[in-house]
Amino acid sequence: MVFLSSDRLNPSLLARFARREFAPNRYDLIALVLVGAAAVLVVHGATQMNLPVATLRTTPVVLDPVRLPEYALRSTLRMFAAIVISLLFTFGVATLAAKSRRAGMVIVPMLDILQSIPILTFLAFTTAFFIGLFPGSELGAECAAIFGIFTSQAWNMAFSFYQSLRTLPPDLEEVSTQFRLSAWQRFTKLELPFATPALVWNTMMSMSGSWFFVVAAEALTVGHRTVALPGIGSWLALAIDRGDVRAVVWAVVAMGIVILIYDQILFRPIVAWADKFRFEMTASEEEPYSWFLVLLQRTRLFSRIARPLRALAGAVPRLPRLGSLGVTSANPALELWLDRLWVGVVSAVAVWATVTIIAYVHRTLTLGDVMSAFGYGLLTFARVLVLIVVASLVWVPIGVWIGMRPAWAQRIQPVAQFLAAFPVNILFPFVVMGIVAWRLNPDIWLSPLIVLGTQWYILFNVVAGASVLPNDLREVAGIFRLGTWQKWRDLIIPGVFPYYVTGALTASGGSWNASIVAEFVTWKHTQLQAAGLGSFIASAMAAGDFPRIALGSSVICVFVLLMNHSLWRPMYRYAAKNLRLN
Amino acid sequence: MTIALERPVQNDAPLVEVRALKHVYGKGNGAGLTVLEDVNLTLRPNEIVGLLGRSGSGKSTLLRSIAGLITPTSGTIKVSDMPGDDTAHGVSMVFQSFALFPWLTVQKNVELGLEAQGVPPEIRRKRTLAAIDLIGLDGFENAYPKELSGGMRQRVGLARALVVQPSILLMDEPFSALDVLTAETLRTDLLDLWSEGRMPIRSILIVTHNIEEAVLMCDRILVFSSNPGRVIAEIKVELPQPRNRLDPAFRALVDDIYARMTARTTGPATRDGNFPGTGLGMALTHVSTNTLAGMIEAIASSPNDGAADLATLARELQMEADELLPIAETLQLMRFAEIEGRTIRLNPAARRYDAADVDERKQLFAQHLLAYVPLAAHIRRVLDDRASHQAPATRFRDELEDFMSEPYAEETMDAIVSWGRYAEIFAYHEDDDRFSLDDPA
Repeated sequence: MVFLSSDRLNPSLLARFARREFAPNRYDLIALVLVGAAAVLVVHGATQMNLPVATLRTTPVVLDPVRLPEYALRSTLRMFAAIVISLLFTFGVATLAAKSRRAGMVIVPMLDILQSIPILTFLAFTTAFFIGLFPGSELGAECAAIFGIFTSQAWNMAFSFYQSLRTLPPDLEEVSTQFRLSAWQRFTKLELPFATPALVWNTMMSMSGSWFFVVAAEALTVGHRTVALPGIGSWLALAIDRGDVRAVVWAVVAMGIVILIYDQILFRPIVAWADKFRFEMTASEEEPYSWFLVLLQRTRLFSRIARPLRALAGAVPRLPRLGSLGVTSANPALELWLDRLWVGVVSAVAVWATVTIIAYVHRTLTLGDVMSAFGYGLLTFARVLVLIVVASLVWVPIGVWIGMRPAWAQRIQPVAQFLAAFPVNILFPFVVMGIVAWRLNPDIWLSPLIVLGTQWYILFNVVAGASVLPNDLREVAGIFRLGTWQKWRDLIIPGVFPYYVTGALTASGGSWNASIVAEFVTWKHTQLQAAGLGSFIASAMAAGDFPRIALGSSVICVFVLLMNHSLWRPMYRYAAKNLRLN
Repeated sequence: MTIALERPVQNDAPLVEVRALKHVYGKGNGAGLTVLEDVNLTLRPNEIVGLLGRSGSGKSTLLRSIAGLITPTSGTIKVSDMPGDDTAHGVSMVFQSFALFPWLTVQKNVELGLEAQGVPPEIRRKRTLAAIDLIGLDGFENAYPKELSGGMRQRVGLARALVVQPSILLMDEPFSALDVLTAETLRTDLLDLWSEGRMPIRSILIVTHNIEEAVLMCDRILVFSSNPGRVIAEIKVELPQPRNRLDPAFRALVDDIYARMTARTTGPATRDGNFPGTGLGMALTHVSTNTLAGMIEAIASSPNDGAADLATLARELQMEADELLPIAETLQLMRFAEIEGRTIRLNPAARRYDAADVDERKQLFAQHLLAYVPLAAHIRRVLDDRASHQAPATRFRDELEDFMSEPYAEETMDAIVSWGRYAEIFAYHEDDDRFSLDDPA
């Protein structure tokens, strides 16, 4: 999914999103198989290496508040390292997908699959590999953690960039072609600026989302291997292990402060700055404001730093245009044959991949395992569905109420975004304590944890939708004294619906991901499980049972794809077609 | 400050030669849409040539082919007077939408082409400032496009095109996105710069659908027909500059061009002439029934009492030729009016329509629609024959596509749906894309 910036979700963007050449097709299937085969190969290679990870020297984490700032810093640095890699990945892969039709045929469905794979699965599969790269050094574990965080950030950023590249304004493209801009000039003058607002928004979303996985990635146990890197995540893991409530509270506070700081120092300035790249010829009524950006712009330092950078960008050698990669070829017949050849190659690789997977899985798993995984999948599916409905029933009315009151909306919006960034797994121990104290049924009472962190997406999208309900329509509703039900049916629900779908789609994807953590929770020596696909994977992870992790993840993947293609995308299309407000 | 912007040495060899140009959009197997056919054009130094035609006549396609943005299906384009074979240096273009980069300042926007050529920053700056100065944008160097009015934006577009010192300036409806006053000022400024020789360019090729604009600016006008686009007339304008709209010679020329633009479409025979058997192949233009009614009223109340001169009518209604002509033609198609030369005359039916009340008007419209638009009669017949009185719209759309390309079929369907609804001869349901007879009343 791409996060559509909720405060300026425009109908044309929505229409593009819905229309995206994304209808599930054979390429989705092929991509699924390819990803699966890659996973098999990685695990196979890693088990061959069979490294004594136990000998890995990691600095033990100390639960001393004095060390907490240092830990927080290290966690944050990991996230920024991952975001930098994600950006590089985005520029490379998304550009390739947009410029080469054949690459796009494989890359686009591949990204679709990759983003529906639970992030913890990536961690489980790649940790051994990275540690093997740097035997006996902490660097391997660092790389594994950063890679894990990267997998939680990169896909939607790449999608967003790809989409921007595919929807460049045609007249500006013509100007660029007419003046013969070089590939680099085209990138810096046209493509990057045009993509910037959506990319910034998606980067922010990725950053928020990845906090959840920082906590998981720093202290990871896969089978007998435990990797603990100094950071907030490890601190928290240790605190949970020891049942140290005070330490958990410290971590919560530290996390809040860190998020607040980077939001103010980094993201707000970037959002305010990125506003100038919006492709609109009218000045926006409400420009995003950042005190820090104003401060920076007033200092001389800023322009001193910027100037040499600009000169550097100008000095980049004039790269040739990438026209040769594009679709324009003189000979349509040749193109057709090349297309067929390409599809043939991709299909052959897919067949080989299928064989590899079946051979691998067949050795350890039976059809019964697959059936039970799907059974658990249905349980989690029910959980996700029910909770999205419950969360919607709670947050849609509240969101609408807030959104219709601009003064409130302005204050609540950043709070909701902050809450969405907050890694709720930090709060899980408190829930466990509660469930144990009141002897509640974990199958039911662990469920809310799934949406605890993701419900905010529904809230702030609905707030955004309600706040842009056209004033004239609201006045009409007022003049004719529409009753509450009629007003909701004819004005509010249709108006907010496109925004709601964005929020619910994000929330549901996030919930599937969260189920691995939420259905399998520990506190000191208490371990609570709710039957479901999440706990299936989590316990496989604890046992180091790779085939089961792979099976569970594939099933999640299938469920997420099915839900996206059969529920959310049709809703998007409907909204784009029938509920446009202009 | 005219330093680097002097007109190059003169010689009289043609600047652009277009021969037997053909362009087909869409499918390569011949089923595509032919937008240009057998177009020839010669652009000589020191002239402003206008390409005049209605939408769909392929004038923009021709312009883009010369700019090197589109590769035509067949035919040759020779652009001479170029350093090497590098088209980009000899040709520059001004866009209808201005096509400015919203994230770049005026100065950076103007510099764009120079930067692409690798001109060193110092010279770049000098030339940019000179162009900005020339075009009257002094003081706006650091403004962003969104801070400027439409007229100022198009000045930036013009400066950007001129700064690379092209020998040919291509303009794609450069003033049609501007209001009347602004367009007039910009036009005058451009003509002043041109006649004073202060621009580096040797020729201007301008696409427009505004007849007066073409007569005002051009030395030569090529009139295009539509579907497919062909040059149907070449008109030399020999009035001295500056030209005056109220000058009788000017008026006569405008009226003459009007007549030429309507000439080809007179009589329904040319519209469905290719498929006389069925009549279903008649491509319709989606004109609102309100507009049709308005036009009938306007002609009925005109001083000539039921007949009007098209050019005069366009002036009175403040419409462009390409807005007015489809309306007039639709009236003719439904036998509400006749077009002769440049005069449109109402039929008795239209007089009755003018005097009638709402329900009578609808009945009259329905009669004419069923009688003279075969598609309407066809849909009605199918609905009458079926027991359910319903039919999917795709059925008719497919039938249409046997006769015409998809975009035309689309527009024809839009027209028939809107007219059929007004005439209440059938209902159309958007949700499931079907026609039915059920009367909502």
